[in-house]
Amino acid sequence: MSWTIYISFIGMLAVLLLPPRHETRARWVALVVAGCGLWIGFTGAMEFGGGPVVKELINIPWITIQKLDSHTILPELTIRYALAVDGISAVMVILTGLAATAGVLFSWNIEHRVREYFAFYLALIGGVYGVFLSADLFLLFVFYEIAIVPKYFLIAIWGSTRREYGAMKLALYSFVGSAFVLIGMISAFAVSGGHSFMLVDLAKVQFSADFQARAFPLVFVGFAILAGIWPFHTWAPTGHVAAPTAVSMLLAGVIMKLGAYGALKVAMTMFPEGLLYWRDTIALVAVIGIVYGAMVAWTQKDFKFVIGYSSVSHMGFVMLGLATLNEVGLSGAVLQMFSHGIIAGLLFAVVGRMVYARTHTRDLDELSQMPLGQEMPFAAVVFTIAGLASMGLPGFSGFVAELQVVLGAWKAFPLYAVICGAGIIIGVTYTLKAIQTVFFTERTGDPKLLELPHITFSEKLGAALLIGASLWVGLFPGYMLEHLIHPAFETELFEGLRKEAGW
Amino acid sequence: MGDSVYTWAFPMIALAPLFAALVIFVSRFFCPFPNKKIASHLAIGSMCLAFFFSLLAVINVADTQQAPRVFNFTWFELGTNALQLGWIMDPLSSIMAVMITFVGALIFHFSTAYMGKDENYQMFFCYLSLFAAAMLGLVISNNLLLMFICWELVGVASYLLIGFWFYKPSAAAAAKKAFITTRIGDLGFFIGMLWLYSETGTLLFYDANGMGCLEQSAVAKMVGQTTMVGMTVSTAISLLIFCGAIGKSGQLPLHVWLPDAMEGPTPVSALIHAATMVAAGVFLMARVYPLISAAPPGVAVSGGLQVVTWVGTLTAVFAALIAIGQYDIKRVLAYSTVSQLGYMFMGLGVGGVGVAMFHLIMHAFFKALLFLGSGSVIHGCHHEQDMRRMGALQHHMKITYLTYAVGTLALAGVIPFAGFWSKDAILHYAWGWEVSRLPFFIGVFGAFLTAFYMTRQVVYVFYGKVYRGDESHMPEEVPESMTKPLIILAVCSIALGFLGMPWLPAFQAFIEQVPIEAEGNFGSTAVFIIISQVVVGFGIAIGLAIYGVLPHEKPEHPDEAEEHLPNQFAVLRDKFYIDELYERTVVKWHKSFGNLADTLDRKAVSLGVMLVSFVALGISWLSRFCDDYLINPGFDEGCKRVSRSGRFMAKLQNGRIQEYLRVFGVALALFLLTLFITGR
Repeated sequence: MSWTIYISFIGMLAVLLLPPRHETRARWVALVVAGCGLWIGFTGAMEFGGGPVVKELINIPWITIQKLDSHTILPELTIRYALAVDGISAVMVILTGLAATAGVLFSWNIEHRVREYFAFYLALIGGVYGVFLSADLFLLFVFYEIAIVPKYFLIAIWGSTRREYGAMKLALYSFVGSAFVLIGMISAFAVSGGHSFMLVDLAKVQFSADFQARAFPLVFVGFAILAGIWPFHTWAPTGHVAAPTAVSMLLAGVIMKLGAYGALKVAMTMFPEGLLYWRDTIALVAVIGIVYGAMVAWTQKDFKFVIGYSSVSHMGFVMLGLATLNEVGLSGAVLQMFSHGIIAGLLFAVVGRMVYARTHTRDLDELSQMPLGQEMPFAAVVFTIAGLASMGLPGFSGFVAELQVVLGAWKAFPLYAVICGAGIIIGVTYTLKAIQTVFFTERTGDPKLLELPHITFSEKLGAALLIGASLWVGLFPGYMLEHLIHPAFETELFEGLRKEAGW
Repeated sequence: MGDSVYTWAFPMIALAPLFAALVIFVSRFFCPFPNKKIASHLAIGSMCLAFFFSLLAVINVADTQQAPRVFNFTWFELGTNALQLGWIMDPLSSIMAVMITFVGALIFHFSTAYMGKDENYQMFFCYLSLFAAAMLGLVISNNLLLMFICWELVGVASYLLIGFWFYKPSAAAAAKKAFITTRIGDLGFFIGMLWLYSETGTLLFYDANGMGCLEQSAVAKMVGQTTMVGMTVSTAISLLIFCGAIGKSGQLPLHVWLPDAMEGPTPVSALIHAATMVAAGVFLMARVYPLISAAPPGVAVSGGLQVVTWVGTLTAVFAALIAIGQYDIKRVLAYSTVSQLGYMFMGLGVGGVGVAMFHLIMHAFFKALLFLGSGSVIHGCHHEQDMRRMGALQHHMKITYLTYAVGTLALAGVIPFAGFWSKDAILHYAWGWEVSRLPFFIGVFGAFLTAFYMTRQVVYVFYGKVYRGDESHMPEEVPESMTKPLIILAVCSIALGFLGMPWLPAFQAFIEQVPIEAEGNFGSTAVFIIISQVVVGFGIAIGLAIYGVLPHEKPEHPDEAEEHLPNQFAVLRDKFYIDELYERTVVKWHKSFGNLADTLDRKAVSLGVMLVSFVALGISWLSRFCDDYLINPGFDEGCKRVSRSGRFMAKLQNGRIQEYLRVFGVALALFLLTLFITGR
């Protein structure tokens, strides 16, 4: 599975080495690389038998800092280049593969500096794979930073509305988050007095309760900023809006998951007592995020902002699932990461690629004047399906994920579970509003047809891929849950967390 | 047939239409040649197949007379428990499946002509099949979660079908209203389901080893516990689930969506908003009857059943009153549906599953008949729905008229039509209810109203001397593919009622799986029949007296009951002085009360909804305001500060903000590090 990382970077080099005129070839290279990543991830995940396995892919010393002399308190340190995959990583890798492949399909129409675009794109993917596969915290952090840079350029060069503002905002939020993480990481290392940054080793250390209560919010929030946790969410809507379609898809689909993944696999495993201490606050913030995001989405006039804020709302479910600290809620959170990645990607694809790239407007009032339902029946159907999936319609992945989160929350915080229900209803309202305003508006007289370009094959394929993935998880969630997610919580890494949570 | 056959054949009831829906959907977008006919044939064929399987199921259930047979399988592991889904084959599910597939197939057939010229013909049948699949899945599921899933899917299908003519603004609005209103009820359902799951650890209704959530041990446990407000847990959960039923079945106060839903094509109104989906709420309550009827020792009738009875009773009479004041042919029927659903809930509360289901099934037949009849009228009158612009149609549309008359008599409860037997059974039980006899009297009053408003409608539409619509386009009888379903449904509306006669209640006995036993003695039953026939006759007579004697001649004329013409007074004075009395008191009072209820319905409830949504919208705007003017500027201000300091630093050395941030971060880390190190 480590090859997902390598082929992405090799692909990046290959794209850059292509002669400038071979733009179509660059697209194909990107598609093949992304497709291979998906294939490797998928076959790799298929090998998981259901036991609590962590597959070590590679584990070699990378940087060793010798103990200089006897006076230094800092112990000898070995930073390892260690990649490993457990069930949660495998789910995330599949998600990344899916989002990346669909993203390439939806950026087939990029004409401006094609090679650079796909090079940055593949670098971003490579970094993301790296984060999901790292078993060493330092390495994870390095990949985390690698992923930030191409993101900035992708938005700033190929973006739209206020792209520089959006790109800068996103980059700054990310860096502030990393700063928090870095502080927490180094202090944890220092306090532990260990010799390694390996996640498993750090999780074994018994930090004092006092230290955990102080260090946990630092690391958790540092990661959660990228997951769009309220009130640090505002980068998400502006960033999503500014980004080109495929990058919006990746932002919502994968980058936000980096944050949630880090919060789960680093912050929560290292500081389980800290989590217990802050749990109520996190749950409260998550529920506020769910309702708040939904309400703000309801009042938006820009089509993409609606989806942007809906992301904030849906990521609130992930946070709430993490805070429940029971197996149902945590599995729900992981599944919700996957599900939201797919569904938000699909929504952004329709908004950005199918609608905006053709009509050149995202204003809901202007869109309601166009007979889009007749001109683009395919886009209308896809958006309706994606909208239904997003509002938690059974049969799609969102339902099983959110159901588990709410079930978990019902055990831990019954009141919040009820409020979530209200959030779901508001979700229905804004999604239906968007569907009806954009695609199914009344016919006034004989509307003049706009003669928009037809939906291309690559778009149809991308949409089919994502819908299929969402249906697959929605109808047969057993595979992912029983083979990948549940066993992952049985591994050594989560031992401390399991003990604290009492299961 | 052995059990093994049912393991695959039984779920086929729901899977066949689902398969049809998928095939139609795919062929709509990817099939190169025109395939209109294929779509409808596929849809109808799948319904016939499902009908065949459900008939087999009924025969088998009637044959074996044993405990419900369940087919469970694990969907996925939920935490440490396995989440099981499954199908259940018992009288309740099989009889519902037969009704849905039979009525469904007829309505599908009707639609081929009714929707024949529509440009989205295939999608219409795709949605219809999707609806049928979800509805059948709902009926045969042995798990509350699976039921909820299908429950949501029927909601979606209903949304798509109400809004099928989305370019009509009213249709789009109605679709949204329906979806959202029912979802509000579903919130209660959902919470109830979560609660039930946390209490019992399973959502299976019945389990092979007696561990289902409706079985003895689980229910006994929940009856034993009491919530904070003094209710038993079982009652609290069932009332939450009842919220979902209120929304779906259009009961007070969530009934507002159902009349608006008539914006959809008429076959949709017949299938979804009369025969099947709206009855799903009643079915849900019938399914969880062991839970809702469970009462602690010493309490005769559980609190849950009392609530169900009262909600049903009030809705029955409330909606019937509103129906009097309507001019749209479908709206009258819509309010009548709401009212009849109220009767079903009342029946469930006072008499149990058998009576309620009997009325549900009978109602499905005659109400589908009436809706298809109205569809035929609308089709014949060139898409006119205002009853004031119809009239004298009995001369133009003979078959429609005759079948419609059968439906009307059945709905009004005239002996021996289907509605008579089922409604009388409910009233009979209401008389014997331990808690109060008020529901009985309200129910009788509702029966009177029903007879009255149906008479009014028939007179408006079919009687009179002239056709009041556009005279250059005289109405004409609809094609055979539309009349055939009408005739079949009319025959059913006459014949099926005999299955549940009070002297031989075979239907109720089948549902409750008890030996057939007559209700009460012959004499008391006969008294009930006489009373109900007098009431119904009264309703019809008054209706005829008001509307039939001096027929409407111009569509502009106000309703006769509204404006008393002197001639009418004279006629009434000559023949029935009693009628005149009613005219001045009861009918007028009825009418104004109907108007009041209508106004209440339109103004007060809508106002409430608007108020809530405005408040929510206000808060939302506030949230957005916070975002745009507080959190964002806060961030921007922070950025400005950073970049200002960056510029200051840049005077010293060329650099980038990010790098400074990085330096800042590292410095912070080092600072902390030293703190920790020195602190040790």
